[in-house]
Amino acid sequence: MANIRYTRDHEYIAIDGEAGTVGITDHAQKALGDIVYVELPAVGAIVARAEQAAVVESVKAASDVFAPVSGEVIAINSALEKQPGAVNEDPLGNGWFYRLQLSNPSELEGLMDEAAYAAYLETLD
Amino acid sequence: MRFLPHTHEERLDMLGAVGAPTIDSLFAAIPVDKRLTQPLNLPRGKSEAEVARALGRMAAKNTAADTVPFFVGCGAYKHHIPASVDHLIQRSEFLTSYTPYQPEIAQGTLQVLFEFQTQTAMLTGMEVANASMYDGSTAAVEAVLMAHRISRRRKAVLSGGLHPHYAQAIQTMSQMAGDEVVSMPWDVHASEDISAQIDASVSCVVAQTPDVWGNPRDLTELANACHRHGALLIVVFTEAVSLGLLRAPGAIGADIVAGEGQSIGTALNFGGPYLGLFAARQTHVRQMPGRLAGETKDAAGRRGFVLTLSTREQHIRREKATSNICTNSGLCALAFSIHLSLLGEVGLRRLARVNHANAVKLADMLARVPNVDVLNRSFFNEFTLRVKGDAAAIVERMAARGVLGGVPVSRLLPNAGFDNLILVANTEVNTDDDRAALVAALEGAAS
Amino acid sequence: MNNQGRPTATDTAPPRAAKKTFTTNRALQLEEPLIFEHGRPDVTGVDLDEPETFASRLGGLEREETIGLPGLSEPEALRHYVRLSQKNYSIDAGIYPLGSCTMKHNPRINEAMARLPGFADIHPLQPQSTVQGALELIDTLAHWLMEMTGTHAVAMPPKAGAHGELCGLMAIRAAIDARGEASTRKIVLAPDSAHGTNPATAAMVGFSVRSIPAGADGVVAVESVRAALGPDVAAIMLTNPNTCGLFERDIVQIAEAVREAGGYFYCDGANFNALMGKARPGDLGVDAMHINLHKTFSTPHGGGGPGAGPVVLSERLAPFAPVPFVVRNNDAYALREQASGQSFGRMTAFHGQMGMFVRALSFMLSHGSDGLRQASEDAVLNANYIRAGLADILSSPFGDRPCMHEVLFDDKWLDGTGLTMLDIAKALIDEGFHPMTMYFPLVVHGAMLIEPTESESLASLNLFIATVRDVAFRIQRGETEAFHAAPIFAPRQRLDETRAARNPVLRWTARKPIRG
Repeated sequence: MANIRYTRDHEYIAIDGEAGTVGITDHAQKALGDIVYVELPAVGAIVARAEQAAVVESVKAASDVFAPVSGEVIAINSALEKQPGAVNEDPLGNGWFYRLQLSNPSELEGLMDEAAYAAYLETLD
Repeated sequence: MRFLPHTHEERLDMLGAVGAPTIDSLFAAIPVDKRLTQPLNLPRGKSEAEVARALGRMAAKNTAADTVPFFVGCGAYKHHIPASVDHLIQRSEFLTSYTPYQPEIAQGTLQVLFEFQTQTAMLTGMEVANASMYDGSTAAVEAVLMAHRISRRRKAVLSGGLHPHYAQAIQTMSQMAGDEVVSMPWDVHASEDISAQIDASVSCVVAQTPDVWGNPRDLTELANACHRHGALLIVVFTEAVSLGLLRAPGAIGADIVAGEGQSIGTALNFGGPYLGLFAARQTHVRQMPGRLAGETKDAAGRRGFVLTLSTREQHIRREKATSNICTNSGLCALAFSIHLSLLGEVGLRRLARVNHANAVKLADMLARVPNVDVLNRSFFNEFTLRVKGDAAAIVERMAARGVLGGVPVSRLLPNAGFDNLILVANTEVNTDDDRAALVAALEGAAS
Repeated sequence: MNNQGRPTATDTAPPRAAKKTFTTNRALQLEEPLIFEHGRPDVTGVDLDEPETFASRLGGLEREETIGLPGLSEPEALRHYVRLSQKNYSIDAGIYPLGSCTMKHNPRINEAMARLPGFADIHPLQPQSTVQGALELIDTLAHWLMEMTGTHAVAMPPKAGAHGELCGLMAIRAAIDARGEASTRKIVLAPDSAHGTNPATAAMVGFSVRSIPAGADGVVAVESVRAALGPDVAAIMLTNPNTCGLFERDIVQIAEAVREAGGYFYCDGANFNALMGKARPGDLGVDAMHINLHKTFSTPHGGGGPGAGPVVLSERLAPFAPVPFVVRNNDAYALREQASGQSFGRMTAFHGQMGMFVRALSFMLSHGSDGLRQASEDAVLNANYIRAGLADILSSPFGDRPCMHEVLFDDKWLDGTGLTMLDIAKALIDEGFHPMTMYFPLVVHGAMLIEPTESESLASLNLFIATVRDVAFRIQRGETEAFHAAPIFAPRQRLDETRAARNPVLRWTARKPIRG
């Protein structure tokens, strides 16, 4: 199982080496409802931690998706353009948003691990 | 009061049910010293007959277009509207319904909007159109803002053929938003070269055809120049009937089209309400302002329509919305759609040809008037006339002779060196007698 | 993240078994194809003689391609649009209690007056000597608006409420620029409960929004405003009565605090229907307020517009008003069309929504000072009557206390039922009502905002109350299953908004129509 870290805004980053795959969590997709559109960053874009990197839209809500850590976008999930429902069906798999080359891996320490995120979700209900 | 159903006794019963001793106890949250204790200093209510008389007297002081030879245009045009259009838009279910937020009981409005969007897209030669904007000028403002969002640049270049009111509205918005505007000099002869102004900092060029001076413009090269530099071409029109005869903006490379739709279905109304037409390429649909109706299915699998892509709008996106717009011009869009359905392809094209033929006839008649020149080499149903002397005074003198002969350019652009120019529009409503009256009035007024 | 969304896809429950007809019509419920499916390119409903042969002077720019427009004969057109109209609910058909929308009766004298040729058939640029009556009408309407609001000037051009907001904020922006504080005052304060247009408008003129919280009692306390004020604040935007249907109790102190801090007070006038003849925004300290003529003054909504949004201005904002405006010299009226002095300029072509001005003035003249006050009193009485009739069975977010012209409930009463406010709305459709506003304001969970207006009779209010009570009782009894499929008697069942948004079909195309 990949090493996955979470933000309080319900983004995740699945880390492998110096890169990571970013998306929104299962909790987030449930709260948003049917996802109808995802606006992704451009490949090559430099994003900073906690800055808006993507937008996810359901029928009645649009939410900013923040970068969990800083880095350069090295790939995006273009399939979401045609199949935004993948975010609902498989948020941690086919529903990924973009891949990030980390510029400051130490920022990962500020994120939650699986257990901490689960505990955090408990506090929201 | 005839609009208020309650009797005095009913009001007392209702106060009892509410548990309020007096009606004023329900207004107790208003600070005591700010409550009005006296009636407003305004007249008491009037019967329907009294209202009709009071407003009828005001109306009677105005010269209605239908009562005189009438050649005023410049962004609003006198056309005949079939009686059935006004009858249909006064149906209660169209007139007194709200924005279709409950689609199950608003399919009438939603299907009309879907049909309207399709007609607008066809007419402009574009891929998608929205459910309308306030009017042509505000549509043009929104088009510039949309171009800035798409290009991520903040500089608009305005053609010297753009209606001055449209240019001013864009300038006001841009100044407030901190965006840059470059205005080309006023260009009566359609001879400007905008291409030289376009570089990688330009977001969009806004050009009108037929332009405010009446010249149909070939914008193909301008479109190419825009696209070479990653800028967008916004094509504006103020006379929708011209699209029945002239090449569609989409066919000449427009990226966004913003136009005034008043000509089809909406009366002159002294300037409003009118109808903003707004169309764009499919790739930019998520940056479009305004409402959109879209096709879908209901739970029983039947075709139906809903407002869609509303995440672009203010009630969802708030400060990140594409625009702050809530209302469109729904009833005017309905009138446009009905009128255009009645015209159809064959009717619109014929209407446009009649407009053009009448204008050609008039231009030839005026060219023979001493001290009067038609400046346009080409035009649709409106052209610029150069007279000897002060155009505004001449227009006033013609009005005194019972002819509304056009718009003096100085009304739009005072102190700009255009004091001897008149814009003259000629539509299908003008007869040979009207044209003869204009020629006679002009000969009398200009001498 | 906004998780206040409501269900948007249709339930997968099987549609109700029903006898199919050959035509798919159901008596008066008539299906109607798109004009593109029954119009023909060579049919027209407008007779016009082809012009005599002439040499065209279009400069070689003739259209080459066909447009593709369908045409209908006049009887076909009548039938098409009448059938479509029959699929719409309307205020003429029944109560339309959309909170914050003020769906009141639209008097037909207004329509008749707006269609007088002296108003409808005059051009905005014909000589001013030929439109003196039109200018008189605008001047008269402006006088009524200023008197009713206790203000010094009114900008007539804005085309709708949101356009009025833009006008007001542009005037504020111009006033701040004139003070040389353009670079420092960039913040607009607005409560979370504000209409979405408020932050959207502020952003358009380069301001950013600082949120201020409302108290547990649903109104903004002056202390919260003071805490957010500073030398960076340009203005506050408040709706009063607010979007929870409550009068902002501290409004006078808030206005004073904002003024002392060097800011301006923009009031969203969407809810002015509660205050006519009862209180004047100018007296409360408001600097600018748009008035939705299509709400308070009964101009018809027309399925989404056109509206009109004149903006009244205080003395200190009046010099910055846009052009054009009407000036009166003795008995002659003139239009000032060119910006001069401190005017912020022009925001639209021509002079505003004249057609709406005529209707609004017709409404005002009909009511008079006495009738306008009575209308506001009845609007407030009706809202409170609904509150009293439903408070025991629904849930009130700020406690059961008097409201202004609209009453707010939340969805606590639905806890554990498996139903949402949307289900309630759809059930009301089957009962023959237009539902109330739902899920607004956003600060209240599952909000249900009911605005009956002064137009509803006691019998109409009683039937609405009894119906909502019956719905609530059915839910209390656990009869919730049927709600998920509602509405079943409307021209359409629930529509799939997810499908519409994921794969937008925004126009008809000849190739692949979806068959119903």
